[in-house]
Amino acid sequence: MSVFEAELKNGRFVISECPRCQKIIWPPSEFCTHCFGNTIWRTVSEPGTLVEYSSKDGKTFCIAEFEDSIRVMGSLDTKTPSVGQKVKISSCGFDKSPQFTFSPEEF
Amino acid sequence: MNKVAITGYSDTKFSSDDIPIESSMISAVRLLFEQTSNLGQKDIDVVLTSTNDNKKYLAPIVSELSGIAPKISHNVENLCSSGTNAAVSAFSYIASGLADVALVVGAERFDSPGQVLQWDDSRGEFKHPIFWATMFTKAHKRKFGTTNEQLAYVSAKNHRNALDNPNAYNPKKYTVEEIMNSKKLTDDLRLLDCSRPCTGSSAILLASEKIAKKFTDMPVWISGIGQKTTSASFTKNDLTSIESTKIAAHEAFTMSKTSPEKIDVAEIHDAFTVCELMVLEDTGIAQKGKAGQLVSDLYNTNNKKINPRGGLIGAGHPLGATGISQIAEITRQLQGKSGKRQTENPKTGLVQNMSAAATSSTVLILES
Repeated sequence: MSVFEAELKNGRFVISECPRCQKIIWPPSEFCTHCFGNTIWRTVSEPGTLVEYSSKDGKTFCIAEFEDSIRVMGSLDTKTPSVGQKVKISSCGFDKSPQFTFSPEEF
Repeated sequence: MNKVAITGYSDTKFSSDDIPIESSMISAVRLLFEQTSNLGQKDIDVVLTSTNDNKKYLAPIVSELSGIAPKISHNVENLCSSGTNAAVSAFSYIASGLADVALVVGAERFDSPGQVLQWDDSRGEFKHPIFWATMFTKAHKRKFGTTNEQLAYVSAKNHRNALDNPNAYNPKKYTVEEIMNSKKLTDDLRLLDCSRPCTGSSAILLASEKIAKKFTDMPVWISGIGQKTTSASFTKNDLTSIESTKIAAHEAFTMSKTSPEKIDVAEIHDAFTVCELMVLEDTGIAQKGKAGQLVSDLYNTNNKKINPRGGLIGAGHPLGATGISQIAEITRQLQGKSGKRQTENPKTGLVQNMSAAATSSTVLILES
C-alpha cells in the first residue's frame, strides 16, 4: 500500500510535493516527475473547486480541483451542484480504491 | 525510411465466446493466410500480438501454433489502442529495414482485464469507463450545447452501419428514440451510448515496398503516423477536447502531406457516442462543436464515411483487436472491397484509436 493509500485509509487526503522543485506531483508518487527526487507528503489545502459533475442512481459524482493542480473524482453531497462552486472534503477513505466525498463549502 | 504497405487482413466474428486467446488469434491468422495470395509461413519476419490478456509469451506461442519461426515476436499491450500500437511497431521494423514482412494479430476476450485502469487513483472509486465518458459528455453538452439527440445519432448511425458487417457483435437497427430511451446508466449516458467489450480477433499483414506486390495487386500504404500520450490519469486532461488525438492527427497529416479535407473514409474510436464527436472535431474532420450536426447529416443521408464497419458501438470492442480491425476496414475500403458498406471511391483513409479516457491516441493515414 502506498503512502497515499495508507493515509487515505486513516481518513487523510495527502498529496506529494517535491521539496527541491516546489511542485505538487499528481497523481501521487514518491518520486518527483521533474527531478526524480523523493517527494514529501502533506495534507491537501481546501477548499477545492467543482469542475464537472453528473449523477448515477440519484447519487452525484464529480471532479473537484484542489490547489489549481489536483483533480480527483468523488461523490458530491449536495442537491444543488454548480460548476465553479467551492467544495470541501467531508470524508475520504480507501477500500480497493480511493473514496472521496465532497460537499459545498458553505455547508 | 522504407515504404510500408498493408497487404492482407482478416476479421473474425465478434462474439461472447469463451475461448482461449491463442485460439482466437489463430482463427484470424488462418483466415489471413487463406485470403492472402502467395503467403507462406517462411515469408514472415515479425509476429506481433496485441492484447490485454494476461497470458504470457503469446507472440511466440501464436508463431509456433502457426508454423512460423520469426526473427522478432512479442506482444504489445496498451489498453484499447494495443492494436494500432502493434501496427506502428510492425511499421517501424519494416521502415527501418530490420524486416520485410510482419504479421500483426490482435485479440481480446469478453472478460479482458484491460477494461478498467485500476492504477488511476485520480478517478477515486469511479474507475469504470462510464464515469469518464459521462464527464466528457456533460462537459461537451455544457460547452457546445450538444444534445442527447445528437449523441443518439452517433449510435443510430454506427449500429445501422454494422448491419452490413457480418462480423459485428450485435448488428441491430435502433431508432434515435430507442437509443435516447435505452437504459439510463448516468444522467448523461445511456446504455446504447456505449460500446461493449466482446471476444474477437483481427489480423493484418504489413510488407515492404519491394515485396508488397507478391501478396496483393492493391497494396494500401501507411503514409502517415501520429501518436501522443498526454498522461495515464484521466483527470489531468481537458474535458471537451482530446489533446492526444489533436496532436497525433496533426503529426499524421504532416507526415502524409494530407489534411482533414482529404479524408474520404475514417474509422474512429467511438468507445462512447461523445468520443466520436470529440474525435471528429479534434482530427479536424468537423469544426469544434459542430460534429453533432455532421453526424446527424451523415445518418440522414445514409453516408457511411465515418465508421463504415459500425465503429466500436456497432461492431463491438474486443480491445486488442479493435485497432487492427479498424486498419483492416480502411484497407478494405481503399481497395473497394467492402461490399454493402463500401464508400464511394475512397483514396485516403484515417484510423484513430485511443486508450484510457483518451489519454493516448494513435492516428494513421492510409492511401491506395
